[in-house]
Parts: sequence; structure tokens; C-alpha cells
Amino acid sequence: MSLTGIFLITFLVVHVGINACIWANDGGQMFNLASHFMATTIVIRIIEVGLFAGLLLHIVQGLVVEFQNRAKRKIGYAVPMGNKGSKWYSRSMGLLGTLLLFFLVVHLKDFWVPSRFMDLPTTNYDGKEVANQYAELIRIFHNPVAVVIYILGCASLMYHLLHGFQSSFRTLGVPNGKYINLIRNFGFGFSVIISIAFAMMPISVFLDWVT
Amino acid sequence: MEHYKMGLTLKIWRQKNSQSKGHFATYKVEDISSEMSFLEMIDVLNERLIREGEDPVAFDHDCREGICGTCSMYINGRPHGPWHANTVCQLHMRAYKDGDSITIEPWRANAFPVIKDLIVDRSAFDRIIQAGGYISINTGNPVDANSLPVDKNLADASFAAAACIGCGACVAACKNSSAMLFVSAKVSHLALLPQGHPERKSRALNMVAQMDKEGFGGCTNTQACESVCPKEISMTNIAKLNSEFIFAGLSE
Amino acid sequence: MLDSKIPPGALEHKWNEYKGHVKLVNPANKRKIEIIVVGTGLAGASAAASLGEMGYKVKAYCFQDSPRRAHSIAAQGGINAAKNYQNDGDSVFRLFYDTIKGGDYRSREANVHRLAEVSTNIIDQCVAQGVPFAREYGGLLSNRSFGGTQVQRTFYAAGQTGQQLLIGAYQALERQISLGNVTMYARHEMQELVIIDGKARGIITRNLISGKLERHFGHTVVLCTGGYGNVFYLSTNAMGCNVTAIWKAHKKGAFFGNPCFTQIHPTCIPVSGDYQSKLTLMSESLRNDGRIWVPKKQNDNRKPGEIPEEERDYYLERRYPAFGNLVPRDVASRAAKERCDAGYGVGTSRQAVYLDYAEAIIRYGKVECHKLGLENSTTEVIRQYGKEVIKEKYGNLFDMYEKITGENPYEVPMRIYPAVHYTMGGLWVDYELMTTIPGLYCMGEANFSDHGANRLGASALMQGLADGYFVIPYTIGNYLSDDIRTANIPTDHPAFESAELAVSDRMTRLKNINGTKTVEYFHKQLGKIMWDKCGMARNERNLKEAITEIQQLKKEFFSDLKIPGDIYEMNPELDKANRVADFIELGELMCIDALNRKESCGGHFREEMQTEEGEAKRDDEHFTYVAAWEFKSEHEWELHPETLVFDVAKPTQRSYK
Repeated sequence: MSLTGIFLITFLVVHVGINACIWANDGGQMFNLASHFMATTIVIRIIEVGLFAGLLLHIVQGLVVEFQNRAKRKIGYAVPMGNKGSKWYSRSMGLLGTLLLFFLVVHLKDFWVPSRFMDLPTTNYDGKEVANQYAELIRIFHNPVAVVIYILGCASLMYHLLHGFQSSFRTLGVPNGKYINLIRNFGFGFSVIISIAFAMMPISVFLDWVT
Repeated sequence: MEHYKMGLTLKIWRQKNSQSKGHFATYKVEDISSEMSFLEMIDVLNERLIREGEDPVAFDHDCREGICGTCSMYINGRPHGPWHANTVCQLHMRAYKDGDSITIEPWRANAFPVIKDLIVDRSAFDRIIQAGGYISINTGNPVDANSLPVDKNLADASFAAAACIGCGACVAACKNSSAMLFVSAKVSHLALLPQGHPERKSRALNMVAQMDKEGFGGCTNTQACESVCPKEISMTNIAKLNSEFIFAGLSE
Repeated sequence: MLDSKIPPGALEHKWNEYKGHVKLVNPANKRKIEIIVVGTGLAGASAAASLGEMGYKVKAYCFQDSPRRAHSIAAQGGINAAKNYQNDGDSVFRLFYDTIKGGDYRSREANVHRLAEVSTNIIDQCVAQGVPFAREYGGLLSNRSFGGTQVQRTFYAAGQTGQQLLIGAYQALERQISLGNVTMYARHEMQELVIIDGKARGIITRNLISGKLERHFGHTVVLCTGGYGNVFYLSTNAMGCNVTAIWKAHKKGAFFGNPCFTQIHPTCIPVSGDYQSKLTLMSESLRNDGRIWVPKKQNDNRKPGEIPEEERDYYLERRYPAFGNLVPRDVASRAAKERCDAGYGVGTSRQAVYLDYAEAIIRYGKVECHKLGLENSTTEVIRQYGKEVIKEKYGNLFDMYEKITGENPYEVPMRIYPAVHYTMGGLWVDYELMTTIPGLYCMGEANFSDHGANRLGASALMQGLADGYFVIPYTIGNYLSDDIRTANIPTDHPAFESAELAVSDRMTRLKNINGTKTVEYFHKQLGKIMWDKCGMARNERNLKEAITEIQQLKKEFFSDLKIPGDIYEMNPELDKANRVADFIELGELMCIDALNRKESCGGHFREEMQTEEGEAKRDDEHFTYVAAWEFKSEHEWELHPETLVFDVAKPTQRSYK
């Protein structure tokens, strides 16, 4: 659970980096080139298989953990403990994960499937013919429904990470209280920043902040 | 400190024995002093129930000074009631005011089956200790106690983990009914001391295996256990157990 | 005539001589021998574990849900051992001497010397088990001082020493359970002793979950069932602590030694109301740094902070300059009672004195500031550092006080009052810890030995573990070596049948009274009689009255008791009634013993016997003996005195001035 989680976190870093290219305000050139690189480099494609495997493993592990743990208390409490002692999102990783999974389906349908399996219109940079992923993005994120879905997705991601980041290091046994604090603080910053960064993408497109 | 009297509505889980189905019963108590302990308030209720020919509420309790770990009530959605770092027997009625409603439930977990009313069976904890929560030395003539200096910080950390009273509040609070805080407290207590080193691998592996076998859930680090622990056992111990477990698993 | 079986030879060689010549049981035979250990506190758990390690088949019993919950766990302050790690002149002899003197010359020299000898092994054993004692920065063990001594020999783990030692013994016990050497019966309470051909051969227990009676055979039976302070209703004992196991043994022939010797602990949190179910001890270690005082003016209604220094009476420092606040427990308790009875008590009930940390906070604060180079700090800063030191030393005790009273002891002095804490009396045992019933042993607080008329602080843990780890493993072999040919006796033997029948008859009798009053009512009545008339101060008239009142109470108990529920189910009220019935009988014997002992010694203070300054006055000429009582019939006991001989520690009037 923790290992696959950390693996997926590293992917998020790459993903957010590429996304950030849209803010270059160069009509999507940098973004399209980066997307092209990601789509055509063989090493990346191999890693992509690993990514899907990791994701699948994470989902399966998550479901197993969730259902196994739930079964350990057949008779529940009349008065739930609620937030007396733990954060709601720490207790709702299964729910957040499921939301993320739904979001991911939408997200893959929007971007990944077209880029892999359909012929997107192309654009030409210095004689290099690349798929115009950027135009696709601008089109999708002008739909307010999509923007809302993406913002909700990013919110789920943030809460999932708020717990998941530090939890994965605890599970891996980072023993010292000092490091735990460091990880907790770093994890908090990481989760918030990366989720906001993701969310800013549809928002800035929708509000026409990028050209 | 101002003292006052109060009347309360109690909703208490009643269950005749482990086979029968339980239910909540509602009782009203009057004239409860703010200086009483919570268990003394239940005593008052029980005295009345006996006089009225009813079965008194069965609950576990013994030392009534917060150290034996026997008392175990889940009060208004929190193990051991509202106070921080506290056991039920140390909870005093000044935590409540006139007219309050209090719901009292037993610890809930498959591994802690209800025996009667608020009493649960926590023998699973003993069996986890049997799986390795000790240092294997026989009574006899060990070396002089001062022949092996121990870093004061490690000794203090070991003591902090050893302060666990085995009450089971961690399990009761955990959404997964996990016993990780309990197990980790014992593993940490012994792993931090040089005397505990020879068996540290088998101890971590065997105790965790027994915990799983007893039907406790896994840890997802929600920290609910730490927040209700009467002895403030730290979650750091869980991380310590994880590292002991992983290290043992990789090197066995 | 009582034979204490003290080995011959010089005092310091007796134990070694004994060990060198005692009969042994070979390993193959040990496997065939079953030993019953009742109670799993320090004495019981350490004995069961050690005997299991040696190869005996052990069966251990406790009424709690787990052996880890025995009330030894609540001991706070520490455990004594003659290690002399502090280089302050401690030695086995000095620990022996302090214990004899602290016990006011009413204990057996040979037993106490053995206790002092093995005390050092206990610390080694516990450290090896992983007991996290407090340590110095250099990594070595730390010590503190305790009442009644002038050396630092007390080892401790914050204010939870009993807990840590018990967990150590519990872990050793659980290890033996996992190895199959010990079978554990939790939530089982001993109801009767089975005697076959004059020897203890088994017990009848009640399964506290199902209510069923069970028969258990053992070649020998070891009782480690703790003290009987709950006879006073309010005490620092756990709610479940009871006398039933040793009382059953007593009624079957085991003599009861010095039943009236009760320790009243000076530093407990005062009673707050009628509903009070138990009292909470504040460790004696608090007297190391705290100062005890009352106002000089009677019925002073001012808040403690408003009473200026010169209007405070630090009565212990005034009366006992040499030991000051660290006088032994009995002396400190009586002094507090004397002040309160004279009208100087504090708090709403006027039954309390102050234990003040203000000065200690300043003293430690100054040391800390000096260390940090903050020489000219304000009082506030000094107090802040001082509070941190106090928090580290006594934090858990201060927290406990605040939880119970709602007052912050760092800011206002604690209110304390004496409370029943420990019973020095118990089943009479010989040097081998065997009672007057062959094959029946008794250890820890349940027996009478070692502490005489008053126990010193941090000595109960020492005795419990000494008995369990280092005495019984040797002495039990001496008896069992003659028993290796005894096959297991089947539990359908008539002795088992009749013992079980007696228990079930009693349960039925209690249940069928169908009266109007609860067990609590009777227990409280008994407690009041005992506390008022057989408590900190006793006199002939009161004791005689008490005996009549207790006999009356017993009649009322058996005619007007009401118990809900059924016998064959979990029934805590029935369990409690069963215990209180025995407490009532015990109460009578305690008063008889107190009446008989016309002297003041240790915790036993007869008002008729005091010096002009109000100090206890012993009568060595007539009472240098252990009063061992034999049960004859209802209300009737016969006294068998065991004369005490002091070859080495010559009795002197105890003086802590």
C-alpha cells in the first residue's frame, strides 16, 4: 500500500511538471512538445505500463485493506467517534480513493485515450509534427461541468495525499519523532501545493488566463 | 473548585451474556455530585437497580486509580470518555452538567467479544504477549544490574512505551479495530533496551502474526488510538514496530 | 507449639546454609508435580513463572481478566535493594536493620535478613527482564530515598514502579504459558481449599463468567492473594482485593498472624463524600520534596496561599527534626490525625493536611537556573524551571491529583489524609513460607512475615518478588521431594466433593436471603466500624464495642442481604457478597487481636499505651511475639504466640527525632 502510494506520488510530480508547461503562455508549444515526448519515448511507454500496474495494485490493495478492516467490527457503535481523535479524511481513504478512481476514468477518457488511440489534430513546431493536445485541453476545460469535476478530483487527491503521504512513511517505519514531523509538514505542503497546481489548470483555462 | 449536583440521562448497553442479543436501556439518575468519579455515578445507579429488583449494570473495574487497565467504557463516542490521557475510573463528574445525556457502550471489536453488558473479553492481548512480548531469561543469577549502562534517552523512551496498561482503548477507538498501538508499545519497550535485542526479530514477527490471528485489523495510521490512549503511548511506536517488522521480515 | 523452622547458624549464613542443604526434586520428577498458584501479583506471577521455568506443572489463578491487572500494579514509589550504588553506606545489614526497626521489632530476624540478602538479585533479575528503571545520564540506575531510611536505596520507574515490575513478572509468566509450563485461569476465584490426609491438595474455584464451580488438584497450593485492607471499605486497595482465599485456608486450619497490623498511609487524597468507593494514594516519594503543614490557628478558613510562613506549622519537621517529613508511615499518619483531631485540619471536611511543593519548586528552579547560567532570574522564571523538574519526577502523581480533585498541585498545596493501605498481617508462615497446613504456602502481602508491625516504603515490592523469584523455588522443593510418589488425586475424591458442596451451599444461602439491603450497605457499615474503632488509634472500650457491632452486623448480613441475578451466571454482586461475608468474620478477628495486644507498636496504636509526648510505647516484655490465631468455631479463636528472638537487632525504642 505504502510502496505503491509513494510510487504514484512520484508520478504526480512528473505529471504536474508537464501540466505546468501550459503556463508558459506560448500557445501551448512547450506543453505539446512535452506531451509528444511523453507519448513517443519508448522508455516512458515502458514506465507507463509499470504505472498502470502500480495503480492497479494500489487499488486492489486498498480495496482489500478497506474491506478486511471493516469486517473486524461486526457490531458498530451507536455514537460514532467521528472527529474525536482522527481526521475525517484519514478515516475516508477508501472513499477518497474510490472518488479518485472515478475521476481517473473520466480523466483517462478525456486525455489519455484520445492521445493514444485516436488521431488528434496535429500542429507543427519547427518542422516537427506533434499532436495538438493543448487544443484538446483548451476545448475540454471550457466546459464548466468538466472544470467542476476536475476541481472535485483535485480536492479528493489533496485529502487522499494529506493522509496518504505521511501514512506511507509511517508504515515504512520511519522511526524517529523528529523525522515524522518533517515528513508530516512536508507531506502537508506537498499535498496542498500539488493539488492546487493541478486544480489551477482547468481553472486558468476556463478563466482564459492562458493564451 | 465549585461543586454542584446534576441529573443525567444514561443510555447504557445491556446484554445478558455473550450469546444473547443486546440492547440499549435508558436510566435517569438524580443528585449526582460533581465530585464523584464516573464509576461512582454508575455505583449509585447500580445500588438503585438492585433495590428495585433489577440486574445491575456489569462493568469491568478494579484499581480505580488509572493503572490496572481494567475499566473500559465507550462514553458518548469516545473510549474512556471526554478527558485527555484518562481512564474511565479517573473521569470525574465535573466533566458533565445538569441535564446531560450520556451513552455508554462496551469496547466494540470482533477480537473483544462482549461477555456481559459493558464487559468484554480482552484475553487476545494476553495471547499476543505470549507470542513474544518478553525477554527469554529464566530466574537465576543474571549479571549485576549496573554492568550494562543504558542510554538515559533510550531508557526513558522504553519506559514511555512500557507505560501501556493494556486497556484496549486503542482498539476501541480504531476504525479498523487494530491493536497496533498495543503491540507496538510492547515491541518498542523491549527493542529499545539492549536486553531485548537478541529476540527483536522473532518478537516483531510473531507478535504481529498473533495480532492478525486474533482478528484485529490493520493499521492505517489514522491516529485515533494515540488520541485516546490513557498513557499517551505515541504513534512513533507504531512506526518503530513497522521498521522492526520490515527489518525482521527482510533479514529472516 | 509453632515451629518457625529457622535454620541454625549465624544470621548472615542461615539462608546460604539452608540453600546448601535443602532437599531437591530432580527434573524428571518435577514434570510430574502440579503446583497451584492463586493470585498473579508480584509474588504470584513471579512464583508461577519461576516454578514453571524449573519444570513443575503450574496452574495459576486470578479473579481479574488478566494476570497483568493484579493490584501490585498500583505501587508507585519504588523497590528497595541493598545495592549501595550511591556509595552512601548502604549494606545488606543496614537494609535488614532498617526493616526490623521500621517494623517496630515485631518481625522475624531470619526472614528479614534473607529478604535483605536477595534484594540485590531482584534488581538484577528485573533489569535483565527489561524493566525500564530510571537511569542517570551515565546510563546507570538511579535511586531515591524513602521514608524510614537515611540512605538512597530505592529503585524506581517514575511513579509506576509496581506497574513495571508486575509487567516484567507478567511477561515471564506469559512466556511460561506459551511454553505450556503454566496453565492460566483468569476470571477464576478461589472459593475453598481442599485438604486430603492433612495436606493441601487442591482448590475449588468459581468461574466468574459462567458462575460454575470447578475442582483443581495440586500437589501443593501457593496462596499469593494480597492484602485485606478492603475490610475498611475505603482503602487504597483495588475494588476486587479480598481476603477470601486466605480466610478459607484460615478456617481450614491455617493460623492467621498479627491480623490487626494495618498500615495507614499518610499521603492519600482525602474523602470527598459518602459515595466514595475507594481512596487514592499519592506516593510516599512525594514526602522527599514536599513539606507537610497545617495552619497554626485552629479552624483557619484562609486559603493556603494567604497563610504567611510564620503562621504555618510544619509539624513533622517540628516534632521529628532528624527525619522530618520522611518519618515512617505510621508516625506520619498518626501525626496528621493528631493535628486534625485537634482542630487544625484543612479543606471543607477539616480531615486533611497540606503537602506543599512551593519551596521544592523554587529550590529545583534555582539549581536549574544555576546550571543554565541564569543567575539573576525572576521568581517566575525560577518557578517555571522548578516546575519542570517536579513534573519529570512526579508528573503522573500531580496529574492524578488534579484529575481527582480538580485542583492544580503546582499552584496550590495538595490536601492529603491518611488511608488504609497495606496489611502487615496475614497467614502465619514459617521460614519456608509454609502455613500451618502442610503443603499450603502463602507469600507476598497475604502472609504475615517480614514487615512486623509497620512496613517501610518500597519494601512490599521487594518482599513480593523475593518470595516469588528467590525463596519459594528453593523451599517448595524441600516439601515436594517427599511427595514425588504421590500420583495426581482425581477430583472426584470425596474431599473435593464435600469442598465443592460447601461452596455451593454457601452461594445458595447468600442468594436465598432475599433481604432488602445491598452488599455495599453492609460493606460500608463494616468499614465504618473498623475505621472508627480499629483504625489509626484503638482502645479497649472501642474494640469491645466493635466486636459486638460486627457480630450484630453479621447476623443482619445473613438475614437482610439482597443479591440480584442468578448463581450460575456472571454475577459481580454475588462475588462481592461472598467476599464481604469473609471480611465481616475477619473484622472480628482483627479487633480481637488488637484488643489482645495491649501495647502500641508500628501501625497498631493503643491509646492506653503512649509516652507523654504521644509517641507509641511498646511492651517488649509481654508482646515480643507474633500473634498466630487458630480458628476454633464461630466467634472463637485460640492464640498461639510465636516468641520473637532478637540476637542481632536489639530492640530499642524507635526514635526518629
